[in-house]
This record gives sequence, structure tokens and C-alpha cells, in this order.
Amino acid sequence: MDDVRYEAPESPDVAVSLLAQAGSEGKVFAGGTDVMVQVHAELIEPGIIVDIKNIPGTIGVSESDGSYTFGAATPGMALIDDEGFASTWPGIIDGVALIGSIQVKGRASVGGNLCNASPAADSTPAMIAAGAICNIVGPDGSREAPVEDIVTGPGKTSLAAGEIIISFTMPKRSPHSGDAYLRLTPRTEMDIAVVGAGVNITLDDDGNCVSARVSLGAVAPTPLLVSEAADALIGTKVDDAALAKMGEACSAACNPISDKRGSKEYRIKTASVIAQRAAKIALERAREN
Amino acid sequence: MAKRSHVTTTINGDEYEFLCEPDQSLVDVLRNELELTGTKEGCSTGDCGACSISLEGELVCSCLVLGVEADGKEIETIEGMAPSADELHPLQRHFLEINGLQCGICTPGILVAAKALLEKNPDPTETEIRFWLAGNLCRCTGYDKIIRSVQSAAAEMRGG
Repeated sequence: MDDVRYEAPESPDVAVSLLAQAGSEGKVFAGGTDVMVQVHAELIEPGIIVDIKNIPGTIGVSESDGSYTFGAATPGMALIDDEGFASTWPGIIDGVALIGSIQVKGRASVGGNLCNASPAADSTPAMIAAGAICNIVGPDGSREAPVEDIVTGPGKTSLAAGEIIISFTMPKRSPHSGDAYLRLTPRTEMDIAVVGAGVNITLDDDGNCVSARVSLGAVAPTPLLVSEAADALIGTKVDDAALAKMGEACSAACNPISDKRGSKEYRIKTASVIAQRAAKIALERAREN
Repeated sequence: MAKRSHVTTTINGDEYEFLCEPDQSLVDVLRNELELTGTKEGCSTGDCGACSISLEGELVCSCLVLGVEADGKEIETIEGMAPSADELHPLQRHFLEINGLQCGICTPGILVAAKALLEKNPDPTETEIRFWLAGNLCRCTGYDKIIRSVQSAAAEMRGG
């Protein structure tokens, strides 16, 4: 086996430069719950592992003027245990809570879940529906990108060599807003989504939907932001007719594969069902605040 | 051979120093460098929970942690669970009394995971115990007695 190096710099510039020099040999390491498995299975043989957890801002949750920012390497359990964040973004917590066991969530992060770029990542549709923005550092400086722009295919991202997602910034939460993520799996725990749906809606004082975002996972090579599904909710009371129309838009957006967990036809049909159920939970939550 | 890293860490209150490969897992370090073989290695992929430990107070699979990450950190393993050589932790005692183990490979991980649960929630429901322990697989499928053992230990620890 070739030499492998481990570095855990505190400086983002050092991390960026190490990764940029290493190119395809470099691997960003946060919670390790995917990287360790891939190294063990010899799916990857990185020349350098760059642990980003010592870089300021990669761990922890903060709130400023109603907008939350959290480190991309923050373990899932830390998000679940942050009462302010969890009550503001329950849909993201729905997704995070489904990632593996308690042990895995003690390490696994939303940034890792995103950058591992599985089409079935549970936190990604919830983050897309929420309208989260990635704060990225790289060889050309800092930039921001919406979460939906990151995954370009299974295991592939739009991040350039040396780019690292440091944190995520959430939009300010309007009154009467709610989000939810639901997935369909053969088992109740410790499984991979056949379909995942994240829905985020905001109502006006009369209960009319003024904005919505709908995202699907596991039904295409990347998580999807389905604007037609959101359009079916906006301007309605999110009644059964609107939900049915949203469900149809979700099914129409699917481009899934068939595998041992579910056929293509099953995924297309159940995407509508799961998205409608997630929207109902998001609606209830929106009405409560 | 890659350059070995020098690591200083605290395990069960004692300071340890070791050398490890950059990509060596913490469970491998515990077992093969430090001879703390109470922590078991099952799947090596974070699915079975046999290697569960506490890292900085967080329940984790030590197969998914790098040995080098232990530098400067506090670790608790099954070896630190009993208060003394003559006295078992209530969870250990109730697992013995209720036969909460068969072959025993999963037991250290389950005890460490159950201890973390009871520190967070001293009075968990059966459902809460089952969900918390979903990351600990028992190959002998003795789940029912495992749950009873945790409930019984929890009751004693609450003074009930």
C-alpha cells in the first residue's frame, strides 16, 4: 500500500492548499462514517486524508438575527440536541435522525452526507427544501452555493479540487413556516431510502401557502428540487386537491433506477404518496407557529 | 510503510501513548496496540455496534474513528465500566442476572451504548431502548433479554 498522510490543520487555507495539491488523491474527512467504510473496503485509496474538524466554523450551531449557521462537520446528534435549531428546522432533524444508528449520528455530519453525494442521502432533500446555502472555501477564495447545486451525480459533486464546505447558513424563518422530511424504507430503522421527500412551506395569516419548496431523494441520480411541485401548493390552502397536484408533479419529476429496494415504477408511484404525507406534516408544523 | 503518528490520549481516566498508522482505525489501536480487547470488532463498517465506545462523551463506533483522532481526547471503553475489580456496573450485573447475553460478542458494545442511553434518559420506554440500541446487532438474536436487562438495571439505578 502507498503511503497515506493524515493532516488536521486549523487553518482553512492550509486545508485548501493540501487538497488542491493532492487533487484526486485528497479526501476531506469529517465524521468519517463514509470515508472509513470506503477506505476499509478499498473503494478509495487516498494519498492524504484532510480532517477538517479543527477548522473554525466546521463544528457547532449558532444563530444570528433569526438565521442559523451550523458547521458542515457538526455531528448529527449535536443538531438533534440543539433545541433552538431542532424546533426551527424540524424537517432537517427528521432527515438527520434517519441517518444510521445513534453511534453513526455521533459522528456523521450534514456536510458529509451532502458531499458523499448519494442520491438517497436523507438530510439533503430536507436541506434543499429548507433553502440552505453552503459556505465554501477553495483555492479561489470563498463562495456560496445553494445545496441543490452541489450533487451532480452518484458520488459526484460540483466542488472543485481543494474546495471545502465549511458551514451551512439557513434563511430566516417567517412566521407560519414548517418543514418535514419523510422517507420510505423496507425497514423502519437503519435502511436506505427508496423514496425521500422534503417539504418546506410558509403560510400567511389566513392559512394560504405563500411559499414552498419540495425536494425528492432516491428517485434520480441526484436529489431533486421540484419547482412544479412547489408551484402546485403556492396560492392554495394546501388542501387535498393541491396535495394531489403536488404529488403528480413529484411523480413526473422522478427518473429512478430499479434495485433490490424498489422498482422504478414503485418509486415513481410512492414519491407522490411520501411527498404528500411530508407536506401534511410540514403544514401542521406551519400552523403551529 | 507510512509514517506512524504519535498519539497521547486518555482512556478510562488513564493516559496512554501509542504510535499508529495514519489510516488505522481506533478499534484496531485499542485492541492491537493497547491490548484493550474488551471492545470487539464486528463488521468494521459501523453497522453492528460491537466496537461502541464513548469519545468525548459521545457514543460512537470506534471502527469509524481514526486512531490519530484520539490525540488529546477522552475515551471510555468497556474496561472502564465497572467501578472496581470487585464490583460490576448495575448494567453488567443485570445482564448477568437476566441472561442478557449468549455468545457475548455484542455485549461490550451494548453495555457501553446502554450506559450512554441511561445517562441521557434514566427512564426510557421499551421503544426508546429498542430505537437507541438499533445500532447494536446481536447475532444470537437475544434482543428480548437485552431489553429486559436494560430496563431492570435502569430501575435499580433510579432507586426503584
